[in-house]
Order: sequence, then structure tokens, then C-alpha cells
Amino acid sequence: MNHGNPDNIVILGLNFNPSNILMLFVTCLVVFIIAVLSTRNLQIKPTGMQNFMEWVMDFVKGIIKNNMDWKTGGRFHVLGITLIMFVFVANMLGLPFSIQWKGELWWKSPTADPVITLTLAAMVVILTHYYGVKQLGTKGYFKTYLQPMPFLAPLKIIEEFANTLTLGLRLYGNIFAGEILIGLLATLGAGSAFGLIGAVIPSLAWLGFSVFIGAIQAFIFVMLTMVYMAHKVQTDH
Amino acid sequence: MLGNTFILLSASGGGFLSSLNNPNGLNLGDIIVTVLFFTILMVLLKKFAWGPLMGIMDQRAELIANEIEAAENSRLESQKLLEEQRALLKEARDSAQSIVENARKQGETQREELMTAARAEVNRMKEAATLEIATEKEKAVAAVREEFVSLSILAASKVLGKEISEEDNRALIEETIVKAGESR
Repeated sequence: MNHGNPDNIVILGLNFNPSNILMLFVTCLVVFIIAVLSTRNLQIKPTGMQNFMEWVMDFVKGIIKNNMDWKTGGRFHVLGITLIMFVFVANMLGLPFSIQWKGELWWKSPTADPVITLTLAAMVVILTHYYGVKQLGTKGYFKTYLQPMPFLAPLKIIEEFANTLTLGLRLYGNIFAGEILIGLLATLGAGSAFGLIGAVIPSLAWLGFSVFIGAIQAFIFVMLTMVYMAHKVQTDH
Repeated sequence: MLGNTFILLSASGGGFLSSLNNPNGLNLGDIIVTVLFFTILMVLLKKFAWGPLMGIMDQRAELIANEIEAAENSRLESQKLLEEQRALLKEARDSAQSIVENARKQGETQREELMTAARAEVNRMKEAATLEIATEKEKAVAAVREEFVSLSILAASKVLGKEISEEDNRALIEETIVKAGESR
């Protein structure tokens, strides 16, 4: 199983991985289509897909409310919903199949690439700093590094980087490992009739588990986003 | 921040951009595209999906709040009406009771009056009857007495064989009879 990427395209001195861009675009498209289809026929008395979307909204609202009061947390609602939908769809995309062309992997989960997950994580952490400054003022923001004890400040700074790395790498590791194992089982199943028989049950089990993992990871990503956000935005914590 | 991390990792290379863009290293383009796509997706979804959905959810919350308020109001109103009706019913019952009481009292007095009147009438009639009986008796006694006097005179004249003047003796005889009546 070769997980090799296609050759990079270089535009204006920047490297682009075409498969990543393709999969990001597909993810955005799928999320957008799901969201718009489910909110096309809005009614006071919700039906069908609208129910699902409202459940997602309430779910994210619950996550935010667990971490901060709704008055400060309400502005992160849109971010949270978009994030959970995006990460979940991205996790799911690599499950049904992967497409390789000339030994290069084109169709996969975009979250199976560390660059993308770390970018998302960094974006989230940078946003927490931005809102921290916005909410508490520059002075209040820097004061949070001295709490609870001034000598812990170095640890607090390291924590920021550690948060970014763990947030991104956790997602990447889970999804990448899931894809590798699915790929291995698929190769085993494609190898011989005996292999096919042997691979069916583990493949089914692992696919189901991967769906579960994908959902859990999306939830954890949003949950941690809101936890970090709450740390930066609230004084009394 | 992430950039910082990777600068440390790839500081040995040449310039900043070339170190980030080395084909075996980081895809700076991917980072930009990820952030860009995600931002565009978020903005589009906010405009086309989350915004309207939140609007309709707020609208529903408002509707429910209004409904609850309306229900509360109508409940209070019906409570008030019920109270009013109950008071009216009580009043009606009281007045009915008093009417019946009055009627009963009136009937009682009327009966009493009638009874007294009847009793008086009976007494009067009894008295009248007694009086009449007394006069009749008197009359009868007088008649008998007169007859008796006449008979006595007749008998005496027969016995004496001579006519006695009725006018002369009458007074005497009557006196005798009265005496006889008294002594008897």
C-alpha cells in the first residue's frame, strides 16, 4: 500500500499538493451541499433534514455551554458547527474507498494529512489568542500567563504549542491509522479468494469502528477548540 | 506559531520561503488553501445555512414563548370567569332560598289569618245559634205559659161555674203560676 502523494504543483513559489486541494474542495462541497439541502425549506415545525441540522446546532451549543457561558460563547457557534461538519465529513471521505492513480494517492481523507490537521489546529489556537486579546484586553491577555503562579509562565507558553501539536496530530493519527488499516485489509481481500474470506469480517468491523472514530474525533476536535477558547476568553477559570 | 515550530525544524536550510517550500518538506500552499477553503466555507454556510437556521430557531423560541404566555393569560382569564360564575351561582342560590323562605313565611301568616278568621266566624255563628235557641226557648216557654193560663182560667171557670172576669184574675193567676214555677 503506497501512500505516496502526487507531485507538488508550484505556483508563485508556493508548493501545492493537488490531492490535498482536491479533497479539501470535495469536503467543502459535501458540507455545503448537506447544509444547504437541509436548510432549503425552513419551517417552524421542522421536518427531515432540518431536524438533523438543528440537532447538530444544539449539540455544538451544548459543547460551548459546557465550557463557557452562552453570552461569550455564542459568537463561536458558527465556527463550531462548521468545524464539526467539516472534520466529520473529512474523516468519512477516506472510508469507502481510496483512489490511486499511477501509484499516487488522490482520494483520501484530507484529515489523514498532518499539514491540514495542524493547519486547522493552528487556526483554532490563533483564534483563541485573537479572542483572548479582544475579550480581556492586551494587559488581561498577558496576565493569564502569570496565573495561577508567575513561575509557571514558561509552562503556559509551552502549553500553547503542545495544544496545537496534540490537537492536530491526534486527529491526523487517528484518521491516518484508520486508512492504513483499511488499505491493508483491502489489499488482503483483493489478493486471493482465501484472503477475501479472511478479510470480510475484520474489514466490516474496522469500517464501523472508523466511522465511530471519525465521529468521536470530530467531536473531540470541537470540544477541545471550545476548551482552549474558554481558557483564553474567561478570566475566572 | 506553527510556522515557528517548523522554522526550528528546518532552520538548517537556506531562506525562509525556500525552506518551507522544499519538496520533501512543508506545503505552504496547502496551509493557505486549507485556511482559505475553511474560511470561505464558514462564510458561505453562515450566509446560506446557519444564519437562516438560527433565525428560524429563534423564531420558534419566540413563538413558543408567546404561546406559553397566551396560554397562561387564558388560564388566568378562565379562572377569573369561573370565579365570577361561581359567585353568581351562589348569589342565585341565596336569592332562591330567600324567595322560598319568604313564600313559606307568607303562606304561614296567611294560613294563620285564615284560621283565626274561620275560628271567629265559627264562634260568631255558635253564639248566634245559642242566642236564637235561647229566644226560641223563651218564646216557647211564654207560649206554653200563656196557654197554661188560658187553660187554667178555663178550667177554673168551669169548676167555679161562673164566669170570672179574665181581666180581674189574670194578674192573680199569673202570679200564682210564677210562684208555682219558682217553688218547683
